[in-house]
Amino acid sequence: MTEASDLASAYDLVVIGGGPAGLAAAALAARAGVSTVLFDENPGVGGQIYRGITSTPLKKRAVLGEDYWAGAELAAEAKASGALIVTGATVWSLDPTRQVGVSIAGKARMIEARRVIIATGSLERPFPIPGWTLPGVMTAGAAQTALKAHGLVPNGRVLLAGCGPLLWLLAAQMLRAGARIEAILDTTLRANWLRAVPHLPDFLLSPYWSKGLALLREVRAKVPVIPIERLSARGEGKLQQVDYVSRGKDSRRQADVLLLHQGVVPNVNLANAAGVAHRWNERQICFEPVLDVDFGSSVPGIAIAGDGAGIAGGTAAAERGRIAAIAAVRALKPSASVPDPQSVRQKLQREELGRGFLDTLYRPADAFRLPEDETIACRCEEVTAKQIRDMAAIGCEGPNQMKAFLRCGMGPCQGRLCGLTVTELIAASRHTRPADVGYYRLRPPVKPITLAELASLPISEAERKAVER
Amino acid sequence: MFKRLGDTADTLTIEIDGKSVRARSGDTVAAAMLANGIDHCRTTPVTGAPRAPYCLMGVCFECLVMIDGVGSRQGCLVPVRDGMRVETQQGKREAGR
Repeated sequence: MTEASDLASAYDLVVIGGGPAGLAAAALAARAGVSTVLFDENPGVGGQIYRGITSTPLKKRAVLGEDYWAGAELAAEAKASGALIVTGATVWSLDPTRQVGVSIAGKARMIEARRVIIATGSLERPFPIPGWTLPGVMTAGAAQTALKAHGLVPNGRVLLAGCGPLLWLLAAQMLRAGARIEAILDTTLRANWLRAVPHLPDFLLSPYWSKGLALLREVRAKVPVIPIERLSARGEGKLQQVDYVSRGKDSRRQADVLLLHQGVVPNVNLANAAGVAHRWNERQICFEPVLDVDFGSSVPGIAIAGDGAGIAGGTAAAERGRIAAIAAVRALKPSASVPDPQSVRQKLQREELGRGFLDTLYRPADAFRLPEDETIACRCEEVTAKQIRDMAAIGCEGPNQMKAFLRCGMGPCQGRLCGLTVTELIAASRHTRPADVGYYRLRPPVKPITLAELASLPISEAERKAVER
Repeated sequence: MFKRLGDTADTLTIEIDGKSVRARSGDTVAAAMLANGIDHCRTTPVTGAPRAPYCLMGVCFECLVMIDGVGSRQGCLVPVRDGMRVETQQGKREAGR
């Protein structure tokens, strides 16, 4: 186990996040002879897509599918590359001078980086429905993590709800593992099928086409799929019942577990706090960093690879990591030999081909992004959609002002689970665009640290003399 | 709320609110709580509503628990250790916890 005191004070390249983008980037850079450290806050590498890849208790490969096991090669390559890989390492700060604040087992260090690749990936889009804070309601990704990393499957009456590729993949994996799913409540808008048709030719050329079709067939053969327009979770102290409207008709089902999913969005927190410029992506309805062709951001020396650069999936993430790493190596050590970036770009293009279709087909309906009045938008501070609309109506123009009025986005999750909802609610109330409303201004520490961790930072003689008399 | 698949074994013991429970080496605290049927891991500081792990990937902060005396740890990011003491959090934090 690497401890904080084992770290050097500076590295050529610091990679933050050990999913496909981070692993591929670290492996390429370290093999080129660049001193590289990779930090990941989870107990093992793999990110979310390859979660538990080096430790999963699932021995039957068919349960998670071959696409999952492809992650083992990435993890092995990174391990063999000579990069220092540190798990259980939480990066809580990154500034424009590329000073990285990291905590390992309760001890903090500040590390200088000549280059940084942020590979912190995505998180599931907020899914604010009535009752989504009840125990028993979780994200589909959470159930997938429980399965991959811990060999756990949901028990009792289990419902899945939402839209997007991950929902179908999770359903297939759960069924293969022997779990029972009562029904899938499908929120895909029928009108989206027509809108997605122009993107169909590209999608047919992408690797997702045949895989997606096979998944849909596998799941639909075993689980009823119910199209729905409205959804709420009910229960005293925990989930007991799910209410929904299907083709205009009210229905309800008893339920113990409800798994929600409506796509993933870039996890912008660390990049935002580092001062990286972001813009609104209307097709993916989320903020994404402004990047150049090498995934370099507006802050010199900081690149963002993987789904954090805009959603494109796990295999695209690895190619993006390689492109960012090639740029870093060329800047740090021009004499080193690196793969031809053009060939990597071509692979990436093929991986990204299917996105237009998926983004359009699975664009979440307004009803599931702009919740009704009494629905909680900010889970941490328990702020409702009505409170946000009321404040917008009396003149609150943006999310940062909204913090001062309502404390939304100021709880421990730092806006991760409410940021997009708050931006979109304000935009809708004020008849403007999310791009004009903007996002929370985030500041370090982007993950909570204790005073003891801060106090464990090494102090130089000069720093001590500056405060001691 | 969750059950273990057949091909996994329980191998160590942790304490949750004073009660000994079995966990698998490699579990996170949040996974061990789910596997043991703990139906909530905290109540909120604002209204006292019960919350359980929601994302299991370190972004929602619903699984905050006290671990070996340190409050507000993210249960989904901390691996279990034999003899670990986990306590659910009720409402607001008290000073020093």
